[in-house]
Amino acid sequence: MAGELLSIAARVAAQALAGEQVEAYVARARDTDVKVFDGDVESLSSAETEGVGVRVVKDNRQGFAYAGSLDDEAVAEALAEARDNADFGTDDEFLGLPDPDGVTPADLDLFRADLANVAADDKVALALEVERATRAADGRIRGVETAEYGDAAIEAAVASSTGVRAHVRRTVCSVYAYALAGEGAETQTGYGYSVGRHPDELDVDKAATMAAERATQMLGAKQPSSRKITVVLDPLVTAQFLGVLSSAMSGEAVLKGRSMFADRVGETVASTIFTLTDDPTNPEAFGAAPYDAEGLATRRNALIHGGILHGFLHNTYTGRRSGTATTGSAVRAGFKSTPGVGARALSLVPGEKTQEELLAGVGDGLLVRSAIGLHSGANPVSGDFSVGVEGLMIRNGAVAEPVREATVASTLQRMLKDVSAVGSDLEWLPGGAAGVTVVIADVSLSGN
Amino acid sequence: MIEESVLQRVLGTALRSGGEFAEVFAEDKRSSSARLDDGRIEELTSGLDRGAGIRVVRGDTTGFAHTADLSEDGLRSAAEAAAAAARGGGGGVKEVAVTRRPVERPHDVQILPQDVPKAAKVELLQRAEQAARGEGDSIRQVSALTADSRRQILIANSDGVLVEDDQVRTRFMVQCVAVADTGMQTGYEGPGRTIGFELYDEIDVEEVARTAARRSLEMLKARPAPSGKLPVVLKKGAGGVLFHEACGHGLEADLVGKDASVFRGRVGEQVASPLVTLVDDGTYAREWGTYAVDDEGNPARRNTLIENGVLTDYMWDFLRARKEGRASSGNGRRQSYQHLPMVRMTNTYVLEGEEDPDEIIRQTPHGVYCVQLGGGQVNTATGEFVFGITEAYMIENGEITEPIRSANLIGNGPEVLQLIDAVGSDFDTWAGTCGKDGQGVPVSSGQPTLRVGAITIGGTAA
Repeated sequence: MAGELLSIAARVAAQALAGEQVEAYVARARDTDVKVFDGDVESLSSAETEGVGVRVVKDNRQGFAYAGSLDDEAVAEALAEARDNADFGTDDEFLGLPDPDGVTPADLDLFRADLANVAADDKVALALEVERATRAADGRIRGVETAEYGDAAIEAAVASSTGVRAHVRRTVCSVYAYALAGEGAETQTGYGYSVGRHPDELDVDKAATMAAERATQMLGAKQPSSRKITVVLDPLVTAQFLGVLSSAMSGEAVLKGRSMFADRVGETVASTIFTLTDDPTNPEAFGAAPYDAEGLATRRNALIHGGILHGFLHNTYTGRRSGTATTGSAVRAGFKSTPGVGARALSLVPGEKTQEELLAGVGDGLLVRSAIGLHSGANPVSGDFSVGVEGLMIRNGAVAEPVREATVASTLQRMLKDVSAVGSDLEWLPGGAAGVTVVIADVSLSGN
Repeated sequence: MIEESVLQRVLGTALRSGGEFAEVFAEDKRSSSARLDDGRIEELTSGLDRGAGIRVVRGDTTGFAHTADLSEDGLRSAAEAAAAAARGGGGGVKEVAVTRRPVERPHDVQILPQDVPKAAKVELLQRAEQAARGEGDSIRQVSALTADSRRQILIANSDGVLVEDDQVRTRFMVQCVAVADTGMQTGYEGPGRTIGFELYDEIDVEEVARTAARRSLEMLKARPAPSGKLPVVLKKGAGGVLFHEACGHGLEADLVGKDASVFRGRVGEQVASPLVTLVDDGTYAREWGTYAVDDEGNPARRNTLIENGVLTDYMWDFLRARKEGRASSGNGRRQSYQHLPMVRMTNTYVLEGEEDPDEIIRQTPHGVYCVQLGGGQVNTATGEFVFGITEAYMIENGEITEPIRSANLIGNGPEVLQLIDAVGSDFDTWAGTCGKDGQGVPVSSGQPTLRVGAITIGGTAA
């Protein structure tokens, strides 16, 4: 099976004409998703998705096309369309597919063949169990809006006429619960999850307890008054924050003048305790991957070291145009897009103190448990930052009453310099970043 | 797309193990886009998505499978998988007969985008870029995108329905970055309609580009947004996203049915200011969220959700309507054949009021005037929502004064709806993509100029 996708990709790449480069990215995913509600299966879907994205570069021009099918006819049409599209691109000397660069891919254990043998009934049982356990976790849980089990076996291959050959496969599975606590106007919500590469690795009770705790701790929340305040970001919120930050670390954003970090390499952009890396070769990271989306080996990249901006992430194009090289950071949103640039496994270097010790040191502030509106309120170009938050006030060094309907605002530039502590509680989270408690001084809390 | 006899046999297979309802949703979608960025025509992309999703409903359980193989064998094996997922108990062979239903299209498409030469699309991008850069040297970056799609769908189900729709959408987007000593700012404009390439006879790409450019330049002069509660006037068209978030999602029957909406059990109650009448209208010709039939084969409808502040109804899809023994409101939508349908908005808007929009501003001593909003997000169970402002100004003594930097506004849906104290006589709409449970669908929202008496603005200025 491993060879099948790679051979489809290689067959497309082999059709490159003289003076032309051709790359095919072929992907296939098998998914199962079970949703339950009130002790019954609400939906069970299982499906296989496959497709190809073809990139053609000729005369320094690039074209792209995709097909959501691996039929010979559809694949041939995608190649023909990509070729035709290339005629309309602008002549750009930096365009071109990568040559194999000899970097050895990390040996990562991301695939559990046995996932294919897990019976649908066992998956349904996990979804039912996470719903039951969430309800049972606390008497104040009045319902579970979503209780879900999902898994996927994902396989992708890249082959190019320049000699790139890469094949990756991984499995992921998860249970998720979204709990409702309280009654009427007093309703609060909380989510919980557990993720792994095989159902045996899932911790249903952990997911249920997390959802119940996050919902019930918000009961009685009120709108706080506006003021300047020190915020403590929970690990989950820090991971979201790093995600926003990383888009300003993309070589593409930098080249196109869409990054607040452009021209600032070597300068102090953050507090000295702030050291950020992207390391997809770390087997603990959920975003770990041996190859990037252009089929080159991924590698560990330092981004900010001791507060000093160290460098950016690149794919082949942005690396060449910047006069450096790819950092193995090409990413794609599936077979329907050309390779962009992005982080897969961001993490801060942790500090020495637990969250509890950090809260004690803060004295008075706000522990941010969740943030919403990052897509509409955090701008990695201008650095403007304003997001909706829920959390717990910190009084005399300990958590106190819950608050809601508030925003936290500053600029990303200022927040990075105002980081006064990083916790010791680093944990890898689903998505592209690790979470860790972070303390940021002097932000604006808006309420009534 | 698929012959009637094949559909009937596939539906029969889907019901073989005891399902009560079966449906085939087939889709053939062609997409194309061209993008200019950083002074270059970076990329032309063409895409093909084709396949079918089959669902089988038995009791409260839905089984679902999809396939990219539209042959009878491919469809039958998906039907078997969906039937197995719905865990039937042996119901024997069922006969299904489908009858093709006529479809009333909200409007005709004049020019299919596929018939337009690629060079013509590239030229639009170049004109837009020149126009944007013409707004001044501070405009450092321009990206422009033209995107179009033709989505042909077929829905056949065991209730005998067979219906097809042909949905053509065209959109043009420009984003600019402006730079000055005060930093970098962005400006965006992106009109989209459910029509063909005639979009470009109706909009002026240069004007779209200039609007995006001026917006980024204006934001360079902006001072920090205020922090705390203030009156907010929303310009026509700009503020529809407030209603989309503050109550639209909370009126979706699937969330209501799961006790995850603050509007549950409130039909007949005064849930908003009497000035507010809110409509969701999938038949609104040419709008971004328009279609002839929804993704379950039901005709689009114009549904009044809130009338003079009183909640009149929720939005419904097939499953939720079936459970309540009523008709679907034509709001069953899905991102693609690979997804199950759920209750979604179409074009959601507040009807015009009677006040002069300028007078609403004049009667606001101190507040914020929002000209463009970014996206938003809502927690329907608590009613708490946010939305971002991307172009806004202070109002001082009834006059629009300085621009303010972007920020999120936060509020509670049921509270904010009651605080609407002025509704203007003008109207406009805004095109966007709505995300729910991982699925994105095109929607629009609209409203006249109106004022919210007080809402929390998440800025940094005291």
